[in-house]
Order: sequence, then structure tokens, then C-alpha cells
Amino acid sequence: MTRKEAGDRREGAPCTFEGRVIKAGTAEGAALVSPEPIGFLGGVDGETGVVTEQGHPLEGQCVAGRVLVFPTGKGSTVGSYVLYQLATLDRAPAAIVNAESEPIVAVGAIIGEIPMVDRVPIAEIHTGDRVRVAGARVTVWAEDLTTPA
Amino acid sequence: VPLHLTDQERAWLSGDASPALRRAMEIVAALAEIYGAERLIPVGSVQISGVSYRNLGAAGLDFLRRWADEGARVRVPTTLNPAAMDLRDWRAQGIAPDFAAKQQAVIDAFARMGVSGGSPTPTCTPYLIGNRPAPGTSVAWAESSAVSYANSVLGAHTNREGGPGAIAAALTGRTGAYGLHQPENRRVTLRVAVAQQPRTLADYSALGALVGQAARQGVPYVEGLSGAGDPLWPEKCKALGAAMAALGAVALYYVAGASPTPEAPPGPDVPRLDVDDLASGYALLNDDVARVDLVWVGCPHASLAEIARVAAALHGKRLRVPLWITCARPVKDAAVAQGLAAPIEAAGGRLFADACMAIAPVREMGFRAVATPSAKGAYYLRNLAGVKVRFAGLAQCVATATGETR
Repeated sequence: MTRKEAGDRREGAPCTFEGRVIKAGTAEGAALVSPEPIGFLGGVDGETGVVTEQGHPLEGQCVAGRVLVFPTGKGSTVGSYVLYQLATLDRAPAAIVNAESEPIVAVGAIIGEIPMVDRVPIAEIHTGDRVRVAGARVTVWAEDLTTPA
Repeated sequence: VPLHLTDQERAWLSGDASPALRRAMEIVAALAEIYGAERLIPVGSVQISGVSYRNLGAAGLDFLRRWADEGARVRVPTTLNPAAMDLRDWRAQGIAPDFAAKQQAVIDAFARMGVSGGSPTPTCTPYLIGNRPAPGTSVAWAESSAVSYANSVLGAHTNREGGPGAIAAALTGRTGAYGLHQPENRRVTLRVAVAQQPRTLADYSALGALVGQAARQGVPYVEGLSGAGDPLWPEKCKALGAAMAALGAVALYYVAGASPTPEAPPGPDVPRLDVDDLASGYALLNDDVARVDLVWVGCPHASLAEIARVAAALHGKRLRVPLWITCARPVKDAAVAQGLAAPIEAAGGRLFADACMAIAPVREMGFRAVATPSAKGAYYLRNLAGVKVRFAGLAQCVATATGETR
């Protein structure tokens, strides 16, 4: 979706959402948004942070340093350790925003010390937006941080 | 209703406690929030999963070491799931020394946390080595077959915990009051009428596979089984529940007339499954196998009675294909003391403690096709270990191992 299609509401003033804290913390970064659930074991490379699941909307993209926005987690419980490994290698997402959290990603965020919030209307966030997570509060600026101005 | 925490629980969360305890409390509280619990409850014991180095990898080992370094210590009696190998006889299993060292490092991290009093004996059957909660006790167990046994045979209450979640419960002695800790979630969702009476342990496993597929995450009520007075009834329940939990996600089932918490027969609005023949259960887990190169008994880990049956079946025979039995170390020690290991080893079989073949590096150990009387074992051998499987009764498995049949 281009900026124009996103509508006037997204121009200028930021939107703010109050979610539910899964892992408390503060972080800011460019959003990387997936309309599909993410499974970290087998779905994301544990050393680079690149999404490897074939046919996934984010296939080939790197989660490192991004505010990773997706509906919920999926797959094996060992996926929690993949998030931990990414954190130890400095390749983890800056923060995670979910529509509804499930245990695999929640535990991964806690042990990887990645700020995480859920119960946020993720359809309002677009890849490239600047997103700040602070406790339960998610602030979204409709900027395009992924392409040069 | 938001999650209510006690002053003590909040103090642990706020960081007054050690980093190890704070992280554990964060996990317990987050899981309780996610599942809508209103409070935490004390747990009587914990069973931890996520022990195999093959599954944990370097990241998992690194995390467990760090948690132990930070001072993580269990607060309640805690036992450990199987490892990928026998912690003493791994060379005889064909495990590489490098892998063995890493697997041992995982066990050492859990030992430092005080699991099993500091000397873990890994097993998926903690209830056979003293972790046996009383009826009505709340526990936090991982390992789906043990969860099923705790709920359905022992009458305890547990959800199906994940690896780190179970560790967090052990470190805090608490879990969220949600799921199967709530009576309304223990109600029957599927009525199962069994027409063909299962006889062998493998038959119960085949039945469990069919029920698990149909029940998915539900609570089945099985009618038509004659459990009373059967000396192998606990083993039959172990086989039945393990298969239900592997091919479905069943954490609780009832057997009419034999469950510790008698359940009234479900009403007419509950869906019904008729099991007329067990052959379809066996058919689910039989690949096109030309030659079997390992027979595996002990998924879940074998009891003394099961080892005695294998010893009797192997008496005076000579194996052409390796037959391995996996069990808890105290059970192996008892089998040796009672003279049950001798006839098995004389035939060429082996008794391995601590280990589970489903989470072992089976292909690296040189195996390509495995026969087992366990539906759960066959399911995970196929899907996790990546080998071909033949799921058949013990007699057929032994006949395969002796070369009487291929």
C-alpha cells in the first residue's frame, strides 16, 4: 500500500495504540509487517534473521532491528530459542507487535529481552512506518523509513 | 478480569528477586495473561521438556547455561524429559563424542538448577520413578504422554506445558489457573465407542492414534474397554494416551469404568466416534519398508512389566536386527537386578536408559527404517527423525528382529 492509499489520517500526526505488555521495554524502528503468522523454527534463519519460509509474505526479508508486526506466532515451541539466539547475535527484531500473542513468541521475547506488545490493531501499521514501543503504548508515524526520500 | 498477582509474585516480577527468578516470573505471568488466567496457583511438581541437544541446539544450551549461571533453582520436585542418548552408554548407541559432550552440558545445566535433586535421570515416564502426583494435585508438566497420564490415570491436573514454560513453573512453583486447571475445561468433547476389543499394548496404541486424530485438542470418553483386573492396565493407558497426544493434542481422556475421576457418560449432543477395527490405526504409520534396521521398544519409556514381556519374547532367540529398549535409569537398574536384562542381551538386544530414539540423531546413527510397537514412536521417528517406520505389535517386531519375517 502506498502512502496516498493509506489516507490522510496517516499524514502528519502519529497514531497511538494501547496494547497489552508481553515483555516490557522501549524500542523504536522501521516496521516490518506480515499479514501472515510467523513460525521462528524453520521459518526464520537463527543466525541472520532472514525469513526463510517458502511462500511467506516476508520471505527473503530480514527481521533484525525492525519492529516486527504480525498477527500471531505458529509452529514448534523450540522457536522461542530462535528468538533468543537472534538476540544474542544482535539480529533480533527491535520490538514485536502482535494482534494476539501465543506462547512461543511470547516466551522467545521474554528470554531474548525483546519488547513485545499485543492486542494492537496491526492493520493500521504498514511496512516502513516508524514505530515506537514503550510499555503498552505503540506510536506509529506514517513515514517511509525503508526507501530513500 | 485482569491477572491478579500476590505481593510476593509482584515482588519477583519487579526485580527485587534474582534475574533468574524475575525471568521465570515474567514467563509464568505472560502465559497466564495470554490464556486469560485470573490468578496463579501453586504446583506440586514439574516435568521439563526440551532436553535433547538435537532439538535445543547451541542457542537452547546457551540459554539454559545462562539461566543456571544467574542462579535459577527449582522450588518444587522437578523431573526431566529424555535426552537424545544414554548418558553412560552413548558410545554403544553410535553417538558422536562431540554431540555427547553437548548433550551432557544440557543435563549439567539442569543439574545445577536442582532438577531431580541435582542428579537428573531423564525420562518421559516420571510417574514410574517417583514423580507421581496425588489425585487432584495441580502440576505443570511438559511431555505430552506424561501430561495425558497425569490427568487421565493419576487424576492430577496439568496443562501441556512447553519447555521454557515448564522451567519457569519449576523456578516459581506456580502456574496460571487456566485450561485443564479449570473444571469447565475437563468436560468430554467426544464419545468413543470401541467395537473391536484391543488386546496388545500396540493395539491400545493403534486405538489411541485413531482417537487422537478424531479428538484433536478435545477430551475423549472411551467406552467398551475392559480395564478392571488387567495387570498391564497402567501400561495400556500409557500406550493409549501417548498415541492420542501424538496424533492429536489430547491432554485428558476418560475410560468408562476405569478413570480415577468418574465421569458421567456424555450427553447426546456430544459427537460420537465408532472404532470398529484397529487395522486403520496401524495403517496410519506403516511406510513401504523393504528392510528394517532397528527395532525400538520403549516409547513412552518401558516399565518393568514391559521389559519382562520383551525378555520372555526374546528367550532363546538370536537377533539379526538390533532391538533397543529405552527406559528410565532406575527401571533399567531394577531390570538388571531382577535378571530381566540378561536374556535380552543374550539374544543381542540392548537396554538403554535416559534416551529417546524419536529425538536422537537417528539418521546420523546409521538407521533408515525402524519398527516399533508404539504409534507415538513411529509418528515422531517419521516426522522428527526422518526415517521410515513400521508400526506393529511386539511379536511382529521381535519376528522382524530375529529374521523370521522381514
